[in-house]
Amino acid sequence: MKPLAERTDFPLLVNEPELVYLDSAATSQKPRAVIDAISALYEHDNANPHRGAYALSVRATERYHAARERVARFLGVRDAASLIFTRGTTESLNLVASSWGRRNVQPGDEIVVTAAEHHANFVPWQQLALERGARLRICELDEGGRIDPARIAALLGPRTRAVAFHHVSNVLGDIAPVREIAELAHSVGAIAVCDGAQAAPHLSVDFESLGVDFYAFSGHKMCGPLGIGVLVGRRDLLESMPPYMMGGDMIEFVHDESSSWNVLPHKFEAGTPNVSGAVGLAAAVDYLDALGLDRVHAHERALVDEACARLAAIEDITVHGPPPGEERSGVVSFSVAGIHPHDLSSILDASGVCIRAGHHCAQPLMRRLGVAATARASFYVYNGSADIDALIEGVLSAKELFGHAAI
Amino acid sequence: MPPSDRGGKPAPDLSALYQDIILDHYRRPRNSGRLAAPDEQITRKNPFCGDTIELQLTFDGDRVREARFSGQGCAISQASASMMTHLVEGKSVAELERIAEEFTGMVSDGRAPESGSSLGELRAFSGVSRLPNRHLCALLAWGALSEALVHKRRDQLPDGESTEP
Repeated sequence: MKPLAERTDFPLLVNEPELVYLDSAATSQKPRAVIDAISALYEHDNANPHRGAYALSVRATERYHAARERVARFLGVRDAASLIFTRGTTESLNLVASSWGRRNVQPGDEIVVTAAEHHANFVPWQQLALERGARLRICELDEGGRIDPARIAALLGPRTRAVAFHHVSNVLGDIAPVREIAELAHSVGAIAVCDGAQAAPHLSVDFESLGVDFYAFSGHKMCGPLGIGVLVGRRDLLESMPPYMMGGDMIEFVHDESSSWNVLPHKFEAGTPNVSGAVGLAAAVDYLDALGLDRVHAHERALVDEACARLAAIEDITVHGPPPGEERSGVVSFSVAGIHPHDLSSILDASGVCIRAGHHCAQPLMRRLGVAATARASFYVYNGSADIDALIEGVLSAKELFGHAAI
Repeated sequence: MPPSDRGGKPAPDLSALYQDIILDHYRRPRNSGRLAAPDEQITRKNPFCGDTIELQLTFDGDRVREARFSGQGCAISQASASMMTHLVEGKSVAELERIAEEFTGMVSDGRAPESGSSLGELRAFSGVSRLPNRHLCALLAWGALSEALVHKRRDQLPDGESTEP
Protein backbone atom coordinates (compact mmCIF):
# COMPACT_ATOMS: atom_id res chain seq x y z
CA MET A 1 0.00 0.00 0.00
CA LYS A 2 1.31 3.41 -1.01
CA PRO A 3 1.18 6.48 1.24
CA LEU A 4 -2.02 8.50 0.95
CA ALA A 5 -0.13 11.80 0.81
CA GLU A 6 2.93 12.53 -1.27
CA ARG A 7 6.06 12.22 0.80
CA THR A 8 7.32 15.24 -1.13
CA ASP A 9 4.62 17.37 0.54
CA PHE A 10 6.65 17.09 3.77
CA PRO A 11 10.02 18.88 3.70
CA LEU A 12 11.43 16.90 6.62
CA LEU A 13 10.72 13.63 4.82
CA VAL A 14 12.38 15.04 1.71
CA ASN A 15 15.42 16.05 3.77
CA GLU A 16 15.46 12.61 5.43
CA PRO A 17 14.68 10.33 2.50
CA GLU A 18 15.59 7.17 4.41
CA LEU A 19 13.57 7.98 7.50
CA VAL A 20 10.73 5.64 8.49
CA TYR A 21 8.63 7.87 10.73
CA LEU A 22 6.22 5.83 12.82
CA ASP A 23 5.64 8.23 15.71
CA SER A 24 2.93 10.53 14.40
CA ALA A 25 0.79 9.91 17.48
CA ALA A 26 3.50 11.84 19.35
CA THR A 27 3.72 14.57 16.72
CA SER A 28 3.12 14.54 13.00
CA GLN A 29 5.44 15.89 10.33
CA LYS A 30 4.40 19.19 8.76
CA PRO A 31 3.45 19.74 5.13
CA ARG A 32 5.08 22.49 3.11
CA ALA A 33 1.73 24.32 2.96
CA VAL A 34 1.69 24.71 6.75
CA ILE A 35 5.30 25.89 6.98
CA ASP A 36 4.66 28.37 4.15
CA ALA A 37 1.50 29.72 5.80
CA ILE A 38 3.43 30.43 9.00
CA SER A 39 6.29 32.09 7.10
CA ALA A 40 3.83 34.18 5.07
CA LEU A 41 2.15 35.43 8.23
CA TYR A 42 5.46 36.64 9.64
CA GLU A 43 6.60 38.05 6.28
CA HIS A 44 3.41 39.97 5.47
CA ASP A 45 0.90 40.26 8.31
CA ASN A 46 2.78 40.25 11.62
CA ALA A 47 1.57 42.64 14.33
CA ASN A 48 -0.11 42.24 17.69
CA PRO A 49 -3.78 41.54 16.99
CA HIS A 50 -6.64 43.31 18.81
CA ARG A 51 -4.27 46.14 19.77
CA GLY A 52 -3.22 48.59 17.13
CA ALA A 53 -5.58 50.83 15.18
CA TYR A 54 -3.20 50.64 12.24
CA ALA A 55 -3.89 48.55 9.16
CA LEU A 56 -1.19 45.96 9.83
CA SER A 57 -2.62 45.09 13.25
CA VAL A 58 -6.06 44.87 11.71
CA ARG A 59 -4.70 42.39 9.15
CA ALA A 60 -3.15 40.28 11.89
CA THR A 61 -6.48 40.32 13.74
CA GLU A 62 -8.31 39.26 10.61
CA ARG A 63 -5.89 36.41 9.97
CA TYR A 64 -6.40 35.17 13.53
CA HIS A 65 -10.19 35.34 13.28
CA ALA A 66 -10.20 33.67 9.87
CA ALA A 67 -8.10 30.84 11.31
CA ARG A 68 -10.63 30.34 14.11
CA GLU A 69 -13.51 30.25 11.62
CA ARG A 70 -11.64 27.75 9.48
CA VAL A 71 -10.86 25.37 12.34
CA ALA A 72 -14.44 25.69 13.62
CA ARG A 73 -15.72 24.66 10.17
CA PHE A 74 -13.37 21.66 10.22
CA LEU A 75 -15.04 20.46 13.43
CA GLY A 76 -18.60 21.29 12.45
CA VAL A 77 -18.71 24.01 15.12
CA ARG A 78 -21.30 26.63 14.07
CA ASP A 79 -20.45 29.12 16.83
CA ALA A 80 -16.77 29.90 16.29
CA ALA A 81 -16.62 31.99 19.48
CA SER A 82 -17.01 28.77 21.46
CA LEU A 83 -13.70 27.53 20.01
CA ILE A 84 -10.84 28.55 22.29
CA PHE A 85 -7.24 28.46 21.10
CA THR A 86 -4.91 26.97 23.71
CA ARG A 87 -1.36 25.61 23.74
CA GLY A 88 -2.65 22.09 23.20
CA THR A 89 -4.83 19.31 24.54
CA THR A 90 -3.15 19.45 27.94
CA GLU A 91 -3.98 23.11 28.46
CA SER A 92 -7.51 22.62 27.09
CA LEU A 93 -8.28 19.85 29.58
CA ASN A 94 -6.63 21.70 32.46
CA LEU A 95 -8.75 24.72 31.59
CA VAL A 96 -11.95 22.70 31.97
CA ALA A 97 -10.87 20.88 35.14
CA SER A 98 -9.69 24.11 36.73
CA SER A 99 -12.26 26.66 35.59
CA TRP A 100 -15.40 24.52 35.32
CA GLY A 101 -14.28 22.09 38.01
CA ARG A 102 -13.53 24.53 40.83
CA ARG A 103 -16.89 26.19 40.30
CA ASN A 104 -19.01 23.04 39.96
CA VAL A 105 -17.43 20.20 41.92
CA GLN A 106 -18.31 20.07 45.65
CA PRO A 107 -17.17 17.77 48.45
CA GLY A 108 -18.74 14.35 48.00
CA ASP A 109 -19.27 14.78 44.26
CA GLU A 110 -17.88 12.23 41.82
CA ILE A 111 -15.82 12.45 38.64
CA VAL A 112 -15.56 9.49 36.30
CA VAL A 113 -12.49 8.86 34.13
CA THR A 114 -11.33 5.71 32.35
CA ALA A 115 -8.26 3.62 33.09
CA ALA A 116 -6.86 4.38 29.63
CA GLU A 117 -6.69 8.15 29.89
CA HIS A 118 -3.55 10.03 28.99
CA HIS A 119 -2.15 11.75 32.09
CA ALA A 120 -3.50 15.03 30.66
CA ASN A 121 -7.06 13.73 31.04
CA PHE A 122 -6.41 11.89 34.30
CA VAL A 123 -4.22 13.96 36.59
CA PRO A 124 -6.21 17.24 36.32
CA TRP A 125 -9.35 15.36 37.44
CA GLN A 126 -7.50 13.42 40.13
CA GLN A 127 -6.06 16.63 41.56
CA LEU A 128 -9.40 18.45 41.29
CA ALA A 129 -11.04 15.61 43.22
CA LEU A 130 -8.34 15.79 45.92
CA GLU A 131 -8.65 19.56 46.17
CA ARG A 132 -12.45 19.60 46.31
CA GLY A 133 -12.94 16.53 48.49
CA ALA A 134 -14.60 14.75 45.57
CA ARG A 135 -14.21 11.13 44.55
CA LEU A 136 -12.42 10.03 41.39
CA ARG A 137 -13.99 6.89 39.96
CA ILE A 138 -11.98 4.95 37.40
CA CYS A 139 -13.82 2.95 34.75
CA GLU A 140 -11.93 -0.26 33.96
CA LEU A 141 -11.67 -1.26 30.31
CA ASP A 142 -13.20 -4.42 28.87
CA GLU A 143 -11.08 -7.42 27.85
CA GLY A 144 -10.37 -5.88 24.43
CA GLY A 145 -9.11 -2.64 25.99
CA ARG A 146 -12.25 -0.74 25.02
CA ILE A 147 -14.53 1.58 26.98
CA ASP A 148 -17.70 -0.38 27.72
CA PRO A 149 -20.61 2.08 28.10
CA ALA A 150 -22.28 -0.35 30.53
CA ARG A 151 -19.27 -0.06 32.84
CA ILE A 152 -19.46 3.73 32.62
CA ALA A 153 -23.19 3.56 33.41
CA ALA A 154 -22.48 1.42 36.47
CA LEU A 155 -20.30 4.21 37.92
CA LEU A 156 -22.78 7.02 37.35
CA GLY A 157 -25.01 8.39 40.08
CA PRO A 158 -26.65 11.54 41.39
CA ARG A 159 -23.26 12.91 42.57
CA THR A 160 -21.50 12.43 39.21
CA ARG A 161 -20.46 15.85 37.92
CA ALA A 162 -18.20 15.00 34.99
CA VAL A 163 -17.25 12.07 32.78
CA ALA A 164 -13.85 12.52 31.14
CA PHE A 165 -12.76 10.05 28.46
CA HIS A 166 -10.75 9.67 25.28
CA HIS A 167 -12.12 9.57 21.76
CA VAL A 168 -9.16 7.44 20.63
CA SER A 169 -6.67 5.91 23.09
CA ASN A 170 -3.06 6.96 22.45
CA VAL A 171 -1.90 3.50 23.53
CA LEU A 172 -4.53 1.07 22.26
CA GLY A 173 -6.05 2.93 19.33
CA ASP A 174 -9.63 1.94 20.17
CA ILE A 175 -12.37 4.35 19.10
CA ALA A 176 -14.78 5.14 21.92
CA PRO A 177 -18.58 5.31 21.48
CA VAL A 178 -18.47 9.03 22.27
CA ARG A 179 -22.11 9.89 21.65
CA GLU A 180 -23.36 7.02 23.79
CA ILE A 181 -21.08 7.97 26.69
CA ALA A 182 -22.11 11.63 26.41
CA GLU A 183 -25.78 10.65 26.60
CA LEU A 184 -25.10 8.51 29.68
CA ALA A 185 -23.32 11.42 31.36
CA HIS A 186 -26.17 13.78 30.55
CA SER A 187 -28.73 11.32 31.87
CA VAL A 188 -27.40 11.94 35.40
CA GLY A 189 -26.78 15.65 34.86
CA ALA A 190 -23.01 15.33 34.42
CA ILE A 191 -20.94 16.96 31.70
CA ALA A 192 -19.01 14.93 29.10
CA VAL A 193 -15.40 15.94 28.44
CA CYS A 194 -13.68 14.26 25.51
CA ASP A 195 -9.93 14.12 24.80
CA GLY A 196 -9.74 14.19 21.01
CA ALA A 197 -5.95 14.46 20.69
CA GLN A 198 -5.68 11.12 18.86
CA ALA A 199 -9.00 11.46 17.02
CA ALA A 200 -9.11 14.90 15.40
CA PRO A 201 -6.02 14.16 13.26
CA HIS A 202 -7.39 10.85 12.01
CA LEU A 203 -11.21 10.78 11.95
CA SER A 204 -13.92 13.03 10.66
CA VAL A 205 -15.02 14.79 13.87
CA ASP A 206 -18.32 16.64 14.10
CA PHE A 207 -18.56 18.36 17.47
CA GLU A 208 -22.31 18.93 17.34
CA SER A 209 -23.16 15.32 16.58
CA LEU A 210 -20.73 13.89 19.17
CA GLY A 211 -22.90 15.51 21.83
CA VAL A 212 -20.09 16.18 24.30
CA ASP A 213 -19.82 19.39 26.31
CA PHE A 214 -16.09 19.87 25.81
CA TYR A 215 -13.74 18.53 23.16
CA ALA A 216 -9.97 19.08 23.22
CA PHE A 217 -7.15 18.42 20.76
CA SER A 218 -3.67 19.56 19.65
CA GLY A 219 -2.61 21.04 16.34
CA HIS A 220 0.81 19.43 16.18
CA LYS A 221 -0.49 15.88 15.88
CA MET A 222 -2.52 16.84 12.79
CA CYS A 223 0.04 18.44 10.49
CA GLY A 224 -0.12 21.75 12.37
CA PRO A 225 2.63 23.50 14.33
CA LEU A 226 3.65 22.88 17.91
CA GLY A 227 2.14 25.11 20.59
CA ILE A 228 -1.42 25.49 19.31
CA GLY A 229 -4.45 23.51 20.40
CA VAL A 230 -8.18 23.80 20.72
CA LEU A 231 -10.91 23.58 23.29
CA VAL A 232 -14.44 23.56 21.96
CA GLY A 233 -17.16 23.97 24.55
CA ARG A 234 -20.87 24.45 24.87
CA ARG A 235 -21.41 28.21 24.93
CA ASP A 236 -23.63 28.28 28.03
CA LEU A 237 -20.98 26.41 30.02
CA LEU A 238 -18.14 28.60 28.77
CA GLU A 239 -20.18 31.71 29.60
CA SER A 240 -20.74 30.52 33.16
CA MET A 241 -17.07 29.67 33.80
CA PRO A 242 -14.51 32.02 35.36
CA PRO A 243 -11.35 32.83 33.37
CA TYR A 244 -8.50 30.34 33.56
CA MET A 245 -5.71 32.90 33.23
CA MET A 246 -5.72 36.63 33.81
CA GLY A 247 -4.00 39.27 31.74
CA GLY A 248 -4.28 41.17 28.50
CA ASP A 249 -7.02 40.52 25.95
CA MET A 250 -9.30 38.67 28.39
CA ILE A 251 -10.57 41.69 30.35
CA GLU A 252 -13.38 44.16 29.72
CA PHE A 253 -12.78 46.73 32.46
CA VAL A 254 -10.15 46.73 35.20
CA HIS A 255 -11.11 48.77 38.23
CA ASP A 256 -8.91 49.19 41.28
CA GLU A 257 -10.89 46.64 43.27
CA SER A 258 -12.38 44.37 40.61
CA SER A 259 -12.42 43.48 36.93
CA SER A 260 -14.90 42.23 34.38
CA TRP A 261 -14.24 39.84 31.55
CA ASN A 262 -14.17 40.07 27.81
CA VAL A 263 -16.63 38.04 25.71
CA LEU A 264 -15.93 34.58 24.31
CA PRO A 265 -13.53 33.40 23.06
CA HIS A 266 -11.23 36.13 24.43
CA LYS A 267 -12.16 35.48 28.07
CA PHE A 268 -10.10 32.28 27.85
CA GLU A 269 -7.26 33.62 25.71
CA ALA A 270 -5.22 35.81 28.05
CA GLY A 271 -2.13 37.43 26.61
CA THR A 272 -0.99 37.96 23.04
CA PRO A 273 -2.50 35.12 21.04
CA ASN A 274 -0.53 32.57 19.05
CA VAL A 275 -1.52 33.92 15.63
CA SER A 276 1.08 31.98 13.68
CA GLY A 277 -0.02 28.77 15.41
CA ALA A 278 -3.65 29.41 14.56
CA VAL A 279 -2.81 30.27 10.95
CA GLY A 280 -0.64 27.13 10.71
CA LEU A 281 -3.42 25.00 12.14
CA ALA A 282 -5.90 26.46 9.63
CA ALA A 283 -3.49 25.53 6.83
CA ALA A 284 -3.20 22.03 8.34
CA VAL A 285 -6.96 21.46 8.29
CA ASP A 286 -7.03 22.73 4.70
CA TYR A 287 -4.45 20.08 3.91
CA LEU A 288 -6.36 17.32 5.73
CA ASP A 289 -9.69 18.31 4.20
CA ALA A 290 -8.13 18.16 0.74
CA LEU A 291 -7.03 14.59 1.48
CA GLY A 292 -10.41 13.80 3.05
CA LEU A 293 -10.62 12.59 6.66
CA ASP A 294 -12.60 9.51 5.65
CA ARG A 295 -9.81 8.51 3.29
CA VAL A 296 -7.23 9.27 6.01
CA HIS A 297 -9.01 6.94 8.41
CA ALA A 298 -9.46 4.17 5.81
CA HIS A 299 -5.77 4.42 4.88
CA GLU A 300 -4.60 4.18 8.50
CA ARG A 301 -7.01 1.39 9.24
CA ALA A 302 -5.54 -0.65 6.39
CA LEU A 303 -1.97 0.05 7.58
CA VAL A 304 -2.83 -0.81 11.17
CA ASP A 305 -4.52 -4.07 10.14
CA GLU A 306 -1.47 -5.02 8.11
CA ALA A 307 0.97 -4.06 10.88
CA CYS A 308 -1.05 -5.90 13.57
CA ALA A 309 -1.27 -9.07 11.48
CA ARG A 310 2.42 -9.08 10.58
CA LEU A 311 3.58 -8.28 14.13
CA ALA A 312 1.26 -10.85 15.71
CA ALA A 313 2.65 -13.50 13.36
CA ILE A 314 6.12 -13.09 14.90
CA GLU A 315 6.93 -15.35 17.81
CA ASP A 316 7.09 -13.68 21.26
CA ILE A 317 5.17 -10.56 20.17
CA THR A 318 1.99 -9.41 21.92
CA VAL A 319 -0.12 -6.77 20.17
CA HIS A 320 -2.16 -4.74 22.67
CA GLY A 321 -5.59 -3.28 22.08
CA PRO A 322 -8.75 -4.28 20.22
CA PRO A 323 -8.74 -7.75 18.60
CA PRO A 324 -7.99 -8.05 14.86
CA GLY A 325 -10.71 -6.77 12.55
CA GLU A 326 -12.13 -4.30 15.05
CA GLU A 327 -12.38 -0.58 14.57
CA ARG A 328 -9.08 1.09 15.43
CA SER A 329 -7.22 4.27 14.70
CA GLY A 330 -3.61 4.54 13.56
CA VAL A 331 -1.86 3.23 16.69
CA VAL A 332 -0.29 -0.18 17.36
CA SER A 333 1.23 -0.88 20.77
CA PHE A 334 3.12 -4.10 21.18
CA SER A 335 5.54 -5.95 23.44
CA VAL A 336 8.37 -8.27 22.47
CA ALA A 337 9.12 -10.87 25.15
CA GLY A 338 12.65 -10.43 26.50
CA ILE A 339 13.29 -7.10 24.78
CA HIS A 340 12.54 -3.89 26.60
CA PRO A 341 10.77 -1.29 24.41
CA HIS A 342 13.64 1.16 24.90
CA ASP A 343 16.14 -1.34 23.57
CA LEU A 344 13.82 -2.12 20.68
CA SER A 345 13.47 1.58 19.92
CA SER A 346 17.26 2.09 19.92
CA ILE A 347 17.76 -0.88 17.63
CA LEU A 348 15.06 0.32 15.23
CA ASP A 349 16.55 3.81 15.32
CA ALA A 350 19.83 2.41 14.04
CA SER A 351 17.92 1.45 10.87
CA GLY A 352 16.19 4.82 10.66
CA VAL A 353 12.86 3.59 12.07
CA CYS A 354 11.29 5.96 14.62
CA ILE A 355 8.85 4.42 17.09
CA ARG A 356 7.81 5.46 20.57
CA ALA A 357 8.87 3.43 23.59
CA GLY A 358 7.67 4.10 27.09
CA HIS A 359 4.55 4.47 29.20
CA HIS A 360 2.97 6.92 26.73
CA CYS A 361 1.88 9.18 29.61
CA ALA A 362 -0.62 6.49 30.55
CA GLN A 363 0.82 4.85 33.68
CA PRO A 364 -2.58 3.73 35.05
CA LEU A 365 -3.14 1.81 31.80
CA MET A 366 0.39 0.35 31.83
CA ARG A 367 -0.28 -1.07 35.31
CA ARG A 368 -3.45 -2.72 34.05
CA LEU A 369 -1.68 -4.15 31.00
CA GLY A 370 0.92 -5.54 33.42
CA VAL A 371 3.84 -3.82 31.66
CA ALA A 372 6.05 -0.88 32.56
CA ALA A 373 6.22 0.28 28.98
CA THR A 374 5.27 -0.71 25.45
CA ALA A 375 6.60 -0.09 21.97
CA ARG A 376 4.21 1.92 19.82
CA ALA A 377 4.15 2.38 16.07
CA SER A 378 1.71 5.00 14.81
CA PHE A 379 0.75 5.72 11.23
CA TYR A 380 -0.28 8.76 9.27
CA VAL A 381 -0.96 9.93 5.75
CA TYR A 382 2.67 9.73 4.59
CA ASN A 383 3.15 6.10 5.70
CA GLY A 384 2.82 3.07 3.48
CA SER A 385 3.51 -0.66 3.52
CA ALA A 386 7.23 -0.06 2.96
CA ASP A 387 7.33 1.51 6.44
CA ILE A 388 5.79 -1.65 7.90
CA ASP A 389 8.43 -3.70 6.04
CA ALA A 390 11.15 -1.67 7.75
CA LEU A 391 9.44 -2.01 11.14
CA ILE A 392 9.14 -5.79 10.82
CA GLU A 393 12.74 -6.18 9.65
CA GLY A 394 13.94 -4.02 12.53
CA VAL A 395 11.98 -6.07 15.04
CA LEU A 396 13.39 -9.29 13.60
CA SER A 397 16.95 -7.96 13.77
CA ALA A 398 16.38 -6.92 17.40
CA LYS A 399 15.19 -10.43 18.19
CA GLU A 400 18.26 -11.80 16.47
CA LEU A 401 20.60 -9.50 18.39
CA PHE A 402 19.04 -10.33 21.73
CA GLY A 403 18.54 -13.98 20.85
CA HIS A 404 22.26 -14.44 20.23
CA ALA A 405 22.97 -13.37 23.78
CA ALA A 406 20.67 -16.02 25.24
CA ILE A 407 22.71 -18.59 27.13
CA MET B 1 10.14 5.44 -0.06
CA PRO B 2 12.79 4.14 2.31
CA PRO B 3 14.57 1.06 1.09
CA SER B 4 13.34 -1.87 3.10
CA ASP B 5 16.75 -3.57 3.25
CA ARG B 6 18.09 -1.09 5.80
CA GLY B 7 16.46 -2.80 8.75
CA GLY B 8 18.02 -6.21 8.07
CA LYS B 9 21.31 -5.99 9.92
CA PRO B 10 22.24 -4.12 13.04
CA ALA B 11 24.22 -1.00 12.19
CA PRO B 12 27.87 -1.02 13.40
CA ASP B 13 27.27 1.40 16.30
CA LEU B 14 24.47 -0.85 17.48
CA SER B 15 26.79 -3.75 18.20
CA ALA B 16 29.03 -1.25 20.02
CA LEU B 17 26.05 -0.35 22.19
CA TYR B 18 24.77 -3.87 22.75
CA GLN B 19 28.07 -5.59 23.39
CA ASP B 20 27.95 -9.25 24.33
CA ILE B 21 28.92 -8.50 27.92
CA ILE B 22 25.96 -6.09 28.27
CA LEU B 23 23.52 -8.59 26.82
CA ASP B 24 25.02 -11.31 29.02
CA HIS B 25 24.47 -9.28 32.20
CA TYR B 26 20.94 -8.46 31.01
CA ARG B 27 20.16 -12.14 30.49
CA ARG B 28 21.87 -13.33 33.66
CA PRO B 29 21.96 -10.42 36.09
CA ARG B 30 24.51 -10.78 38.94
CA ASN B 31 23.52 -9.70 42.41
CA SER B 32 19.85 -9.57 41.52
CA GLY B 33 17.61 -9.85 44.57
CA ARG B 34 17.17 -8.32 48.00
CA LEU B 35 19.14 -8.35 51.25
CA ALA B 36 17.59 -9.21 54.58
CA ALA B 37 19.21 -6.32 56.46
CA PRO B 38 20.69 -3.66 54.17
CA ASP B 39 22.59 -0.73 55.66
CA GLU B 40 21.58 1.52 52.77
CA GLN B 41 18.62 1.16 50.46
CA ILE B 42 17.78 3.52 47.58
CA THR B 43 15.03 3.37 44.96
CA ARG B 44 15.40 5.33 41.74
CA LYS B 45 12.88 5.77 38.96
CA ASN B 46 13.37 6.96 35.43
CA PRO B 47 10.35 9.24 34.96
CA PHE B 48 10.57 9.03 31.18
CA CYS B 49 10.13 5.29 30.89
CA GLY B 50 8.93 4.20 34.34
CA ASP B 51 11.92 1.91 34.88
CA THR B 52 12.83 1.28 38.50
CA ILE B 53 15.97 0.20 40.35
CA GLU B 54 16.20 -0.62 44.02
CA LEU B 55 19.79 -0.81 45.28
CA GLN B 56 20.71 -2.34 48.64
CA LEU B 57 24.12 -2.27 50.26
CA THR B 58 25.70 -3.62 53.41
CA PHE B 59 29.01 -2.28 54.70
CA ASP B 60 31.97 -3.54 56.67
CA GLY B 61 33.13 -0.29 58.16
CA ASP B 62 33.86 1.95 55.20
CA ARG B 63 33.75 -0.82 52.59
CA VAL B 64 30.82 -2.35 50.73
CA ARG B 65 30.30 -5.94 51.82
CA GLU B 66 27.31 -6.93 49.67
CA ALA B 67 25.28 -5.24 46.94
CA ARG B 68 21.95 -6.33 45.49
CA PHE B 69 19.56 -4.74 43.04
CA SER B 70 15.97 -5.37 42.01
CA GLY B 71 13.47 -3.74 39.72
CA GLN B 72 12.96 -3.89 36.02
CA GLY B 73 14.13 -2.05 32.98
CA CYS B 74 15.89 -2.16 29.65
CA ALA B 75 19.06 -4.08 28.85
CA ILE B 76 21.19 -0.99 29.37
CA SER B 77 19.82 -0.17 32.83
CA GLN B 78 19.77 -3.78 34.03
CA ALA B 79 23.24 -4.64 32.77
CA SER B 80 24.60 -1.41 34.21
CA ALA B 81 23.13 -2.29 37.62
CA SER B 82 24.40 -5.84 37.42
CA MET B 83 27.96 -4.85 36.52
CA MET B 84 27.98 -1.98 39.02
CA THR B 85 26.92 -4.18 41.94
CA HIS B 86 29.64 -6.65 40.94
CA LEU B 87 32.26 -3.91 40.93
CA VAL B 88 31.37 -2.21 44.23
CA GLU B 89 31.95 -5.13 46.57
CA GLY B 90 35.01 -4.57 48.74
CA LYS B 91 35.48 -0.96 47.65
CA SER B 92 35.54 2.02 50.02
CA VAL B 93 33.16 4.97 49.89
CA ALA B 94 35.89 7.27 48.55
CA GLU B 95 36.90 4.78 45.84
CA LEU B 96 33.29 4.37 44.78
CA GLU B 97 32.69 8.11 44.63
CA ARG B 98 35.62 8.37 42.23
CA ILE B 99 34.41 5.45 40.11
CA ALA B 100 30.85 6.79 39.98
CA GLU B 101 32.16 10.14 38.82
CA GLU B 102 34.29 8.50 36.17
CA PHE B 103 31.42 6.32 34.91
CA THR B 104 29.03 9.28 34.82
CA GLY B 105 31.58 11.37 32.90
CA MET B 106 32.10 8.55 30.40
CA VAL B 107 28.36 8.17 29.75
CA SER B 108 27.19 11.79 29.97
CA ASP B 109 30.11 13.61 28.40
CA GLY B 110 31.87 10.87 26.42
CA ARG B 111 35.02 11.27 28.58
CA ALA B 112 37.43 8.37 28.05
CA PRO B 113 38.30 6.55 31.29
CA GLU B 114 41.66 7.53 32.73
CA SER B 115 44.59 5.15 32.48
CA GLY B 116 44.55 2.96 35.54
CA SER B 117 40.78 3.32 35.66
CA SER B 118 38.85 0.95 37.86
CA LEU B 119 35.92 0.82 35.46
CA GLY B 120 37.11 -2.44 33.92
CA GLU B 121 34.40 -4.08 31.87
CA LEU B 122 32.06 -1.16 32.57
CA ARG B 123 33.90 0.53 29.71
CA ALA B 124 31.43 -1.42 27.56
CA PHE B 125 28.95 1.38 28.27
CA SER B 126 31.06 4.05 26.56
CA GLY B 127 28.92 3.59 23.42
CA VAL B 128 25.86 4.91 25.29
CA SER B 129 27.36 8.41 25.33
CA ARG B 130 26.40 8.86 21.68
CA LEU B 131 22.72 8.24 22.51
CA PRO B 132 21.62 11.07 24.84
CA ASN B 133 18.15 9.56 25.26
CA ARG B 134 19.73 6.44 26.80
CA HIS B 135 22.06 8.17 29.28
CA LEU B 136 19.50 7.91 32.07
CA CYS B 137 19.17 4.16 31.46
CA ALA B 138 22.89 3.58 31.98
CA LEU B 139 23.03 5.95 34.94
CA LEU B 140 19.90 4.87 36.82
CA ALA B 141 21.69 2.44 39.15
CA TRP B 142 24.64 4.83 39.52
CA GLY B 143 22.32 7.57 40.68
CA ALA B 144 21.13 5.16 43.36
CA LEU B 145 24.73 4.35 44.28
CA SER B 146 25.70 8.01 44.59
CA GLU B 147 22.70 8.68 46.80
CA ALA B 148 23.57 5.65 48.94
CA LEU B 149 27.13 6.96 49.33
CA VAL B 150 25.80 10.35 50.46
CA HIS B 151 23.64 8.57 53.04
CA LYS B 152 26.59 6.46 54.14
CA ARG B 153 28.77 9.53 54.68
CA ARG B 154 25.96 11.20 56.62
CA ASP B 155 25.48 8.07 58.73
CA GLN B 156 29.21 8.05 59.51
CA LEU B 157 28.97 11.49 61.15
CA PRO B 158 29.14 11.10 64.92
CA ASP B 159 25.71 12.60 65.54
CA GLY B 160 24.16 10.93 62.49
CA GLU B 161 24.69 7.39 63.79
CA SER B 162 21.46 7.23 65.71
CA THR B 163 19.18 8.63 62.97
CA GLU B 164 19.27 5.48 60.86
CA PRO B 165 18.21 2.00 61.93
